[in-house]
Amino acid sequence: MSTHKTALAFAALALALSLGGAAFAQSPGTGLGKPISEADVKNWDIAILPDGTNLPAGSGTPAQGAKAYAERCMVCHAEGGKGGIAPGAGPLVGGAPLANGIETVKTIANYYAYATTLFDYIRRAMPYNAPRSLADDDVYALTAYILSLNKLIGENDVMDAKTLPQVKMPNRDNFILPYPDRI
Amino acid sequence: MNKSQRRGRTPSLDHVAGNGLINRRALLGRGIVVAGAMTTGAAGTMTGAAAEPLKDEKWSLEFGSITPAVQTASPYEKHAVRSLSNPNGEFRNSHARTPHHLLGGTITPNGLHFSINHCGVPNIDPAQHKLVIHGMVRQPLEFTLETLSRYPLVTRMAFVECAGNSAPMFSSEPMQVTAQAIHGLVSCSEWSGVRLSTLLDEAGIDPKAKWLVAEGADAQMLDRSVPVKKAYDDAFVAIYQNGERLMPGNGYPMRLLLPGYQGNMNVKFLRRLKAIDQPAMTFFETKNYSQILPGGKTWRFHFLMEVKSFITQPSFGHSLKEPGFYTISGVAYSGTGRIAKVMVSADGGKSWGEAALQGPIHPQAFTRFQMPWRWDGQPAILQSRAWDEAGNAQPLRADFVAQRGQTREPLATPLAFPNQHYNSITSWGIDSKGEIKHVYA
Repeated sequence: MSTHKTALAFAALALALSLGGAAFAQSPGTGLGKPISEADVKNWDIAILPDGTNLPAGSGTPAQGAKAYAERCMVCHAEGGKGGIAPGAGPLVGGAPLANGIETVKTIANYYAYATTLFDYIRRAMPYNAPRSLADDDVYALTAYILSLNKLIGENDVMDAKTLPQVKMPNRDNFILPYPDRI
Repeated sequence: MNKSQRRGRTPSLDHVAGNGLINRRALLGRGIVVAGAMTTGAAGTMTGAAAEPLKDEKWSLEFGSITPAVQTASPYEKHAVRSLSNPNGEFRNSHARTPHHLLGGTITPNGLHFSINHCGVPNIDPAQHKLVIHGMVRQPLEFTLETLSRYPLVTRMAFVECAGNSAPMFSSEPMQVTAQAIHGLVSCSEWSGVRLSTLLDEAGIDPKAKWLVAEGADAQMLDRSVPVKKAYDDAFVAIYQNGERLMPGNGYPMRLLLPGYQGNMNVKFLRRLKAIDQPAMTFFETKNYSQILPGGKTWRFHFLMEVKSFITQPSFGHSLKEPGFYTISGVAYSGTGRIAKVMVSADGGKSWGEAALQGPIHPQAFTRFQMPWRWDGQPAILQSRAWDEAGNAQPLRADFVAQRGQTREPLATPLAFPNQHYNSITSWGIDSKGEIKHVYA
């Protein structure tokens, strides 16, 4: 070991000792987990939180979204988000009142509590045949288009990291926790 | 049952409930003696008059087939397979249901474990697969199957149940389908893996982190929010299933295992756990795994698969050949803990007898129950009802429907998911010919 490396090792040991027992308690370490930086995780770090945490840069309007929709989504979800073409590609617009019955089809307008969920799922899983292929601007635009179709935002509203979490979804306050003590 | 009968030299099998249910103690002895069996059993079978002299069959007289590297079931059991919602691999989700009516015991064979895949089964190279723990942690860490395999592993039984299991039971009319079609989205295995608390401690999770986003490596990167509370309670990252590496459809090479919680939360192909301070409200916790209640209110974060049981033998798809002795058998389980008691009825719930439970009884795992029964050839309705160690009782159907509702119109297909978390009673109606129907009672 070179003198330089030895000095570094001693410095590290001294630092560890100075941090005391707490530092060791937090590092019971098998050393089997390989340290990785958040920067290295960034490409995987796609979960968007309801308060907008982790939303990427970019923006989109309903009009831009209509164009992307025609190109990438309509083949399964039908014109105007009516759904019914591909199995599993349910309607993206409308939705019956939930009081209609326990089997009421859950939609963005009658069910989703947060608009961020829509953005997250489009970016994560759509198009079904090419997930993660949409640019963030397109995801914002598609989200804006679908929210606009449902009249949850205006036709000219721009969706971005600031505006999207502010969209008030109609069913947000309708949820009950059956097991609050398990959270 | 009077005292003199109880004191008989041969312990005659007391009837404990209507329509021929026999005391479970009958199963504890070395043999089964059914009082009165000779008078009501198939006539003449004990005389030997119809028997033919025994002869050697051809398989006893020739060299058998090759002993294969991986053995599969006997060709005579070819029917004991999973039922598929998408047999041709169309471009949509797929469900494969466990054939409970053809299985015994408490362990679901790996090839028959239920599987739901929303975008096909990914073909994952275990040498390339990574699991990352990051977010509100002191040091983000990356694990591989090789490094996880070097930890001491916890091995335990656990059922995994889709929250949509038994959804056909929400139909306003009973669907005439098997226990496989109704309850085939639950299975039970012995899983081995690394405690999640160990891995989170190594990454140094921030005490302010209350949730983990668990994410898979499938083509929609399926993700769910999991309370840190559960992670530190009994969660683990499973890497073996009944001693084998995980089946591809069950999450190969690694999956989250949250004993007793909705199957969907037990994220398969696990690649990422991010510690966060709020639930992510992912697609699946927002929509699919959140229930509409009668009147229109909605439940979220239900998580717990509540106490439940169903009879697998006899059940729809079987028929009783003749009056006489049968063993009613089924499985019971609870996301809360161990099964404490199972009661069985043969008269549609008018009277109940306590079933024998096969031990050892594991928490959050299948417990096999058995009930001796002498069928007199008259119509009968078989039911089971379970209790767990926390005192939770499987709800009666009338009570369940009053709280959770049912569909307005009968379901057209048992593949539909009108709602989630059905844990009430299943009833099998037997007519005088021994044919079995699914009934509500």
